[in-house]
This record gives sequence, C-alpha cells and structure tokens, in this order.
Amino acid sequence: MKKIKWLVPTIYIIFLMLPIYWLLNMSFKTTTEIINVYSLWPKDFTLENYVTIFTDSTWYMGYVNSITYTVFNTIISVSAALPAAYAFSRYKFLGDKHLFFWLLTNRMAPPAVFALPFFQFYSSVNLFDTHIAIALSHCLFNIPLAVWILEGFMSAVPKELDETAYVDGYSFGRFFFKIFIPTIAAGIGITMFFCFMFSWVELLLAKTLTATIAKPIAAIMTRTSSTSGYELGLLAAAGSLTIIPGAVVIYFVRNYIAKGFAMGRV
Amino acid sequence: MNKTFNQKAWYFVIPVFVLVAFNAAVPLMTVVNYSFQETFGSNVFAWEGTRWFKEILHSERFHASLGRQAIFTFIILLIQLPLGIFIALTMPKKGWGVPVCLILMSMPLLIPWNVVGAMWNIFALPDIGFLGNSLNSIGFDYNFTQQSGDAWFTTILMDVWHWTSLVVLLSYAGLNSIQPAYYQAAEIDGASRWDIFRYIELPKMKKVLTLAILLRFMDSFMIYTEPFVLTGGGPGNATNFLSLDLVKMALGQFDLGPAAAMSLIYFLIVLLICWIFYSLMMKNEART
Repeated sequence: MKKIKWLVPTIYIIFLMLPIYWLLNMSFKTTTEIINVYSLWPKDFTLENYVTIFTDSTWYMGYVNSITYTVFNTIISVSAALPAAYAFSRYKFLGDKHLFFWLLTNRMAPPAVFALPFFQFYSSVNLFDTHIAIALSHCLFNIPLAVWILEGFMSAVPKELDETAYVDGYSFGRFFFKIFIPTIAAGIGITMFFCFMFSWVELLLAKTLTATIAKPIAAIMTRTSSTSGYELGLLAAAGSLTIIPGAVVIYFVRNYIAKGFAMGRV
Repeated sequence: MNKTFNQKAWYFVIPVFVLVAFNAAVPLMTVVNYSFQETFGSNVFAWEGTRWFKEILHSERFHASLGRQAIFTFIILLIQLPLGIFIALTMPKKGWGVPVCLILMSMPLLIPWNVVGAMWNIFALPDIGFLGNSLNSIGFDYNFTQQSGDAWFTTILMDVWHWTSLVVLLSYAGLNSIQPAYYQAAEIDGASRWDIFRYIELPKMKKVLTLAILLRFMDSFMIYTEPFVLTGGGPGNATNFLSLDLVKMALGQFDLGPAAAMSLIYFLIVLLICWIFYSLMMKNEART
C-alpha cells in the first residue's frame, strides 16, 4: 500500500499536464502542420507563432491590458477589504451578519446576469473600454472573497495584541500599519493570490466592457477564429503564454497555498 | 472571540460597501427594471407586470436548460469531491514532493477560462487532438462536435481537469491541520485505515469540505466560458447550460424582458441553495 501511494498523485498530474502539453506542442507547429499531420511532437519546429505575437502590438498589448487591470483590481480589492475584514473580525455592529451574507451573495451572482447592465452602466459613466472599468467590475466577486479570507486570518490573531499595543500608547493607525499588517502578512499574500487568480481568469465581464483600448488577451484570442480561417498555431501560442503569469504567481505563494486555506475561516 | 459592540466599525466597512453596492445594486436594479417591461428599442418601454416571469417559469426552453444545468452540477460534485479527497489523502506530507504537487496541481486553476475551453477543444478534436485521436484509434466512435453524449463526456472531463485541484487543495489543507496525536491514538486503538478516515479525517475536514461544496456548486452552476468555447452549447442544444442560454437570449436575440426575468429567477435559485448551505455551515461553526 505504502509503495504505490505516490502513483495516484502522479497519474493525476500526468492527466493535468496532457492538455497543457498538447497546447505547447501545437504552439511550436505551423498551422498547416497542425491540420495535415498528427504527431506527438512538432516535426517542423517553429517559433513563428511566438514571433507574430511579440511583434504585433494588437497581440502583445492584450497581455499588458490583462496584467494592468488584474493588478489594479488586486490593489483595490485588498486595500478596501483590509479595514472591513478588521471590523468584521473585531466588532459587532448593526447588521454585521446580514452585511457579511450580502457581500457573499455577490460572489454567487452569475456574471452572465450582470453582463448587459454592466455594459450600459459603465458606458453611461464614460468608463467603457478602460482598465479601471474592468478592475472595478471584478471587485463584485473579488471583494467578498478578500473580506472572507482576510477575516479568517484576522480572527486567528488574538485580541490581546490590539489591547497591548493601545496600552503601550500606539494610536490606531500606527498599530494597524506597524503591527497588525505585518502579523497577517501571509494572509494578505494569499488574498492577493486569489484576487489575482479570479481577475486573471475571468473573461465574460472583461470582454463585455472593452472594445479596443483595454481589450484583454483572452478576448483577442477569439479573433483568430473569425478572420482568415482558424489559425490554430497562433491560438495555441497565445494560450500557452497566458499560463505564464499564473505559474509565476503560484511559484511565489506555493508555501502559503495550503496553509492559507487552513488558517482562514475556511 | 468575544467581539465588542461598536457602531463606528461601520466606517471601516464603508469602502467595501460603496464599491460592491456600486457594482451590484445599480446593475441589479437595471435587471429588475427590464424584467417588468417590454422594450421596442430606442429606449421606449412599456409596463408588462409579471408577464415575463410567468412566461419563463412555464417555458419548456427554461425547464430544459435548468434540467441540463442541474444534472451537470450534480455529476460534477459527485465526481470531483470524492476524487479530490482521495488525491489529497495520497499526496506526500513532507519533502520535495509537496511543492511539486502543489505547483503542478494549481496550474489549471490559473489558466483563463476561455483558454481552458480552447485548449480542450484542440485536445479533443477527433482528427488532430490527442484525446480524440487516441479514443478513435482504439475503436471508439468519438466526435464531441456531433454526438451529444461525447459532448457531455468532454465537458465533464474538462471541468474535472479544471477544478478538481481546488477540492484537492482544500482537503489537503484540512488534513494538514490534524494533530499527529490523533493518528497515534488511532494506532494504539488498532483502528483500520477506513476507521481513521471515517472518524478522524472526515470530521476534521468538514469545514473545508463545506466550503469546497459551496464553491464548486456556485461555479459549476454559473459555468459559461468553458462550454461556450468548447461546444458553444451544441451539438444542437445538448450542452446549452443556463448561462449560455441566458446570454443567447439577452445578447443574441435581444429579448431583454424575458432575459432579465430569467436572470432574476436564476440568481434566486443560486441564492436560495447557497443560503441553505451557509446557514448549515454557520450552525456547525456555532456548535464547535
């Protein structure tokens, strides 16, 4: 039993890697090779697809746009959620439980429900096709999540920490920034990871709220199927590149992922 | 933790309240507004009362997509939860295997959803995809773009690929929080592997598993982008889930009234089920 235990995760990881490998495999082929020859590795190895993406500004600006609004959203969500999570973890106030559930309900709203009204709403306040519009709209599901995770981390910190600091003559602001935030640094890291993740992978709202200037890479990719046939090689290369930012972020937070879930309210 | 009663805490919540209300209240009111009216384009509206709600609730199209959605979500939960727990149980607890497993298993979670759809599309194509080609060469007649059974199989396999890792990560975190003393005690008592799972691990994972169920329910019930890219709801209407049907109605046919009524009914269903889960979760927490 002990000896074959590693087999299960190994098989699972192979299953996870197969479609990713297939995407990479295709990205190094020419479109004609993809369509005409079935092979497990590129026979006619080419970097042409990647060159196209990095030299055409409509392509690479897509990555810049996606990263821009994702970072905006992460900053807005976490900085707004910090004081709120503190309030929920330390105080009772009128309507606190209802407010908490109301926040969570927004994580439950199907984005498809909001797509059209968001389009009209952001157009009417002249924010259509801007990075900030996508960053704000993603707050709809990221802020509730951020409050939820941070509240869990903050509740794990004993209240005596606050009281000792006040006895020592700290003002609230100094306590919050100098003592409290460093104490829950790991929790903030995890929260940023989740905000980044959900903002990076969402497409429906990001696509609805943009036309040309702030268009995310994922939406630009749909272009390959509409013009000039189906450029599979290019599509595969663009897809492969969208995996990189996520992989980089995972590498940095790898030690916190499991711990973060365990410590939070979750 | 004993919390102090302090109304000033509201000041801390104001930024979150404003941001979420800005995003939730205004669009939601727009939807409510549409759901009671008929539009003739160019901002001309006529009051329709509850006509759209009655129509949607009695429409076969809505029943069909709701049915498909419920079956899909049910299958997803049935596969992903046991599989996720099983994988988490077999994962290494220490050593170099831990970061390797965590990094590789998290990969699918961080790929944009339409890339997931596109990736599975080219992976499953019967002629040039690895999955499709392999299945056909060992004798299955597999073509997910034409046979609805195959389309379902591919969509479910894709979702299992995409989201099982979330259940794995949550369960793994739950398992890690169990003190070694529990296992030592179980060993002394001569408990079997099943007993350990049933009476130590499962109860300790209750909290994270409730969250896993909640998250997987919400996200699989709202699934849109991946099946849209993979099958586009087809062949025919075979994989036309609720969100897909809704967007087709709202943006494709521009039937704003019925689409808005359907949105509200859809939202209320999700809300009701989540509220039941949430209440159960809070009840458990209060007891422990």
